Amino acid sequence: MQFDQILQYTLSGLSTGAIYALIGIGFSIIYNATGIINFAQGEFVMLGGLLTLSCLDLLKLPLWAAIPCAVAVSTVVGILFERLAIRPLRHPTPINLVIITIGGSILIRGLAMLVWGKDTHTIPAFSGDAPIAIGGATILPQHIWILAITLIIIMVNKVYFYHTISGKAMRACSYNRRAAGLVGIDVKRMVLFSFIISSAMGSIAGIIVAPLTMTAYDVGVMLGLKGFCAAIIGGMSSGISTVIGGLILGVLESLGAGLISSGYKDAIAFIILLLILFIRPQGLFGKADSERV
Amino acid sequence: MKKMSVLLSSICLILICASVSFAAGTIKIGGLFAVTGPASFLGEPEKKTLELLVKETNEKGGINGQKLEAVIYDTGGDATKAVQLATKLIKDDRVSVIIGPSTTGESMAVIPVVEKEKIPLISCAAGIKITDPVKHWVFKTPANDHVAAEKILNYMAGKKQKSFALLTVTDGFGASGREQIKVLAKQKGFTIVADEVYGPKDTDMTSQLTKIRGVKADAIICWGTNPGPAVVTKNVKQLGIKTPLYMSHGVASKKYIELAGADSAEGVMLPAGKLAIYDALSKSDPQYKLLKSYDQDYKKTFNMEASTFGGYAYDAFLLATGAIKKAGSTPEQIRNGIEQTSKLVSISGIFSMSSKDHNGLDLSAFEMVKVVKGDWVMIK
Repeated sequence: MQFDQILQYTLSGLSTGAIYALIGIGFSIIYNATGIINFAQGEFVMLGGLLTLSCLDLLKLPLWAAIPCAVAVSTVVGILFERLAIRPLRHPTPINLVIITIGGSILIRGLAMLVWGKDTHTIPAFSGDAPIAIGGATILPQHIWILAITLIIIMVNKVYFYHTISGKAMRACSYNRRAAGLVGIDVKRMVLFSFIISSAMGSIAGIIVAPLTMTAYDVGVMLGLKGFCAAIIGGMSSGISTVIGGLILGVLESLGAGLISSGYKDAIAFIILLLILFIRPQGLFGKADSERV
Repeated sequence: MKKMSVLLSSICLILICASVSFAAGTIKIGGLFAVTGPASFLGEPEKKTLELLVKETNEKGGINGQKLEAVIYDTGGDATKAVQLATKLIKDDRVSVIIGPSTTGESMAVIPVVEKEKIPLISCAAGIKITDPVKHWVFKTPANDHVAAEKILNYMAGKKQKSFALLTVTDGFGASGREQIKVLAKQKGFTIVADEVYGPKDTDMTSQLTKIRGVKADAIICWGTNPGPAVVTKNVKQLGIKTPLYMSHGVASKKYIELAGADSAEGVMLPAGKLAIYDALSKSDPQYKLLKSYDQDYKKTFNMEASTFGGYAYDAFLLATGAIKKAGSTPEQIRNGIEQTSKLVSISGIFSMSSKDHNGLDLSAFEMVKVVKGDWVMIK
């Protein structure tokens, strides 16, 4: 096995892994604030890509204006989703909420199919698509965008959760909702915030990957599941461990496809998911005794 | 004199009325298409095409003075539903011929029903199993996948490319293509140096292609439908692979070039049905006029480009109506008429059926094309 092949597998894996990580963090943020897994997370990834497409084609906006526009609209969808589907629930047990998010994701996907049709679409790369050589391997400028934006988002997250009042309040909710409510934190508002953040992040992920992977009304399903795997590997933390989880997943998938067989690529992701759930349900880096709410 | 003319004209009027009421007996054509669900990219254009054709034919006065009526049901791509709806078409709607279903799985499920009820079925699915072995009442319009594969291999043989790497999608289309390419390659003396697959929703194929880059093949054949092949094309460009890249007929539309980007797709070769490339055909091609009018009518009515898949329903309609014109409108007569079809110029190719061949297309159904500056150019 030549070195440049391994290098290419690793680089490809890291760039796909960054995408999984970004989507995975969206899962974790909502999980930590509300205790539910939001299976509609993948749909925000889809909305990000398709809304950017509409902003470019219909509104004729330049790319730099289309992106914030698309993120804003997806965030509004996230807010509506929380207001209309999550908040009105009278007895919110986790299982009810999870089923509601699955229903919501089917609804959003169906509407997207009506609006954008069933075709696959593509949006232009941010800065051309001349490959960049690193050693014997190559990546595209878009991969660097993905890695950089993922890094920035993680840092912003870190600052928000550890250095602002509302971020700290959200963490308080994740440790103990009831106690957080008793000390005067508006838990419902924090839940809304978590949906705002994760839908915005999901849509950003969808936008930065669309030039590479293309986008269609149903891309959210697979990307959402892979993001979920990343979050599980990272133990549902909204920080660096989910990122590492995503990167591990991406690299293993890519190495597995290259060295073992490409037929088992998706199987590898889901075997890892099952193994983690069986052996280390607290995630690869979590402490066994820490209980998450 | 005046009385006479009044009498004559009233007789004429009565006769006209009588003939109209006589012609009111309509011929019912059943349609089973996967208009919704995962195969909707097939079913939707098929349904639209059939509706368009029935409307046009009726506006021109029908066939042999009889109007047509299309009864179309949506199977959702579900074989069980397709069987129920086929029974409904035969028992309740009393159709004389059924066009569809859209997918191979559904077609295979419906075959026992039509064989038992003795109603001709013209499937719009590509699977080779549908008409091989031949079933008495069953026809199909898309050319077999192996015809497209053979076209590629013949071209490669001409270019002295003796080994190739195979990259196929893990769905029905890819699996069937992979199987048939392997058989053909063996027959024709090619070596397959790599046999890789990818999932229909995969977003990055650089791992597979890196592996392929390592094995030094004369060519790469990728078998799939959008968007996978577009991703493969981009990845090939990214990795700087210079090996000639062949795609299947499954991506023979402008959409593929648009998705992959004209730059990355430059030089990609594939066998295309003639509809996708009709503006590159010579004006003297027997199919040219029909292809052009179909594409323009479709664009005018539905405001989108006509697709090869809609073309399958077009072929089926022409086969059925051709048989009705020649042989008559009972199911038995239609079946016999279709089987006797010879040199019928249609969208997918020129059909010549026989009791041994219920598909009727050969290598001439495809043309090898190459992407040059974002458009198709025919290659020899």
